[in-house]
Amino acid sequence: MLLAEEVRPRIATAGMTAYYGPVPGVKNVSLAFAPNQVHALIGPSGCGKSTFLRSLNRLHEETPGARVTGLVSLDGEDVYGSRVDLRRLRRRVGMVFQKPTPFPTMSIYDNVAAGLRLDGRVPRAVLNHAVERALTVAALWAEVKDRLHTSATALSGGQQQRLCIARTIAPEPEVILLDEPTASLDPQGTQRIEELLFNLKERFTIIIVTHNMQQAARVSDTTSFFYLGELIETGVTRQIFTAPKETRTEAYITGRFG
Amino acid sequence: MRKEFRRWKSRVMVALLVVATVLAVAPLVLILGTLIVKGAGSIDLGFFTRLPVPAGESGGGVAHAIVGTLLIVGAGCLIGLPIGIGAGIFAAEWPGSIVAKTTRFIADVLNGTPSIVVGVFAWTWIVARQKHFSGLAGSAALAVIMIPMVMRTTEEMVKLVPHSLREAALALGYSRWRTSLGIVVRTCLPGIVTGSLLAVARVAGETAPLLFTALGSQYMSRDLQQPMAALPLVVFTYASGPYDDWHRLAWATALVLIIVVFVLSLAARIATRRRFDAPR
Amino acid sequence: MTVPTAPSASTPAAALQGAAAGDRIFRALLTLAALAIPVLLGFLVYELVQGSELAIQRYGFRFLTTSTWDPVTDEFGALPLIFGTLLSSFLALLIAVPLSLGVAIFITEFAPSAIRRPIAFIVELLAAIPSVVYGLWGIFVLIPFLRTTVFTFLKGTFGFLPFFQGPVYGQSMLAAGIILAIMVMPYIMSVTREVLAVVPASQREAAMALGATRWEAAWTAVVPYARSGIVGAVILGLGRALGETMAVTMLIGNRHEIAASLFAPGYTMAAAIANEFSEASTDMHLAALSYVALVLFGVTVIVNALARVLIWRVSKGRQSGGAGL
Repeated sequence: MLLAEEVRPRIATAGMTAYYGPVPGVKNVSLAFAPNQVHALIGPSGCGKSTFLRSLNRLHEETPGARVTGLVSLDGEDVYGSRVDLRRLRRRVGMVFQKPTPFPTMSIYDNVAAGLRLDGRVPRAVLNHAVERALTVAALWAEVKDRLHTSATALSGGQQQRLCIARTIAPEPEVILLDEPTASLDPQGTQRIEELLFNLKERFTIIIVTHNMQQAARVSDTTSFFYLGELIETGVTRQIFTAPKETRTEAYITGRFG
Repeated sequence: MRKEFRRWKSRVMVALLVVATVLAVAPLVLILGTLIVKGAGSIDLGFFTRLPVPAGESGGGVAHAIVGTLLIVGAGCLIGLPIGIGAGIFAAEWPGSIVAKTTRFIADVLNGTPSIVVGVFAWTWIVARQKHFSGLAGSAALAVIMIPMVMRTTEEMVKLVPHSLREAALALGYSRWRTSLGIVVRTCLPGIVTGSLLAVARVAGETAPLLFTALGSQYMSRDLQQPMAALPLVVFTYASGPYDDWHRLAWATALVLIIVVFVLSLAARIATRRRFDAPR
Repeated sequence: MTVPTAPSASTPAAALQGAAAGDRIFRALLTLAALAIPVLLGFLVYELVQGSELAIQRYGFRFLTTSTWDPVTDEFGALPLIFGTLLSSFLALLIAVPLSLGVAIFITEFAPSAIRRPIAFIVELLAAIPSVVYGLWGIFVLIPFLRTTVFTFLKGTFGFLPFFQGPVYGQSMLAAGIILAIMVMPYIMSVTREVLAVVPASQREAAMALGATRWEAAWTAVVPYARSGIVGAVILGLGRALGETMAVTMLIGNRHEIAASLFAPGYTMAAAIANEFSEASTDMHLAALSYVALVLFGVTVIVNALARVLIWRVSKGRQSGGAGL
């Protein structure tokens, strides 16, 4: 396997199971994600890939009755340790959702600055710089620089999603989780986000859940295939798509189910 | 033949529905009309700035009752709104908890409790212990009426905020309380304001819970520890009295009261019309 | 597959650790606010029971069935109050139910869409008018009107019935019933409108397809479908009427008597408390009034609970509503 043998993983799981009440949504998954790469999680809907993703920043447990067993580690530290501060964890593991979620009461500027402001007072100049930088990286700066202080809800869906990416990267996390970030966007919006991912991996470790196999093939370095809550196969993207070892993986990528 | 009869009967029934609707709408028109005809003429500057004159003399105003209502309702809000809003947020944030379920049920029970019963409660609770009537006891009674109303509307409003917003905030590293207040409550604030305004509009016109708490007074009082006048109490006292001039003031006061209540209700409606834009 | 290193002594810094005290304080504060409501109710019941203890000890349930109410001899029985409360509320429902049902059906089934909202808005504004304003209007407008027209008509036409005999005072059981009807109508109307709106359009269309007129469709298909919700709305209105105080106090005449005639003055539980509580001079008088408050509270709790259950059944049926066909 490519990842952990070569470099120490940024984030990894070992024997991780995520439950909804008594029902496991993800069963006994061990996966490691190397830094500065794009990792895709694929599989038919309901296969547990989103649940797996949400377990990494402990958002899964916000669902009533949900819990996680097994190990998740970030830079070697136990994410589910008893004294872990969720705020710190989530500062380091950012997340972008399927539907754009700009904070409706905040301006564009305030949305991007929201994460930074959690640390208390930040000098205005520092904030300005960080907001511009994040918006630039998210390829939104040119479109909104003249209306930074207008409502974020007036933006188009694709712009809102890029705004959410800017908001996520502004506090400089180490890992970015993306849960089907282009599912609600048109092809043009989708293309812009995909281009973005390519640039983002220089600075971040990216894990993206997608049900679009072409997207996984285009943007990712590694791909993991989930089916019925289990991790079936993981490997370098090209190998997964050209020479899968498992018959179920092959069946899925050739479109025989899912 | 039979079909003719059925068609004819249907027409009569629909006509009766129209009659019912006219009858139902009529009281509002009649009441507002009478209030304006009988009350508007007596409303001048003196009405708002002067105190009552001795019975039998004409003139005088209700300045004491305006101040009294403001203070009693204001203090009632200070007690009732934080508790009601807090309980509402709790019930929406931890909807399945035993505390939330119990509170929700009991709030519905309290919501149906007659306000006169709340008045008796406030009397035994505060007046009987302090051994004197006070505006504050009235405020407490109004707060007891407001709390369950505000709780239920707040809960409904908080529940309207999409779950995705809460998750987005948590995922960004917001703590739970910051997510609740800074994102969720902030987003549905117009709705919470509406609920609060409606509750204020409701208690501002309440008379029964003030009868033996704030009691009423002929004098200007700014001390919540003392008996205090209030607009609804003035309407009641003057309406039941024998003097024409009292009746005149009762009409004028009722008109002012109803304007206050309607303005509050309308403000509430406007606040929700500007509903927050849910993210697309 | 490499197993990630578990946190161990070798982990350089516990970079993820920390405490979130703010969350605990936040939850504690909100829990306190939420708990305040049950505590308040418990306290209310406790205070009412404490306050009425003297009367409960002396009379027990006999309090509810005896008719003497004499503060001078310190003798109290609440039957006339209970009778008056039930009768005035019954009269109110008798008038308000057909009217509000008619308005609700008219608005949901027949009214042009342009006037639906205005009508609903106007009727609901009635609910915002303070009770004391109804009382004022009742004393000076409604009663003079009733005395010269409706009451004389009833007496002249139906005077052979015991309900419409005796002198016409104006302030009377019937006047209280009429003002109560106006006051509870908005509540019944708006809840009825909500439950009618929930009835699936297929109900109506099925009836019309069978050749029913629009009225027949509304009356035979839509209304029965929402029946338990409408009953709930009526009971909710009953709960309001039972506890309504000021307008009734001002119009009912305030006499501790049970009279057959609706023209005679009467009394209700709420009105008796409103009138006598601040003037009660003996402990027993206070305790008796407090006992009345306790009974009134108990009755409204039961009535409201019943209404909630019925309305809840209809709105619960909303999800499976289509399957009912």
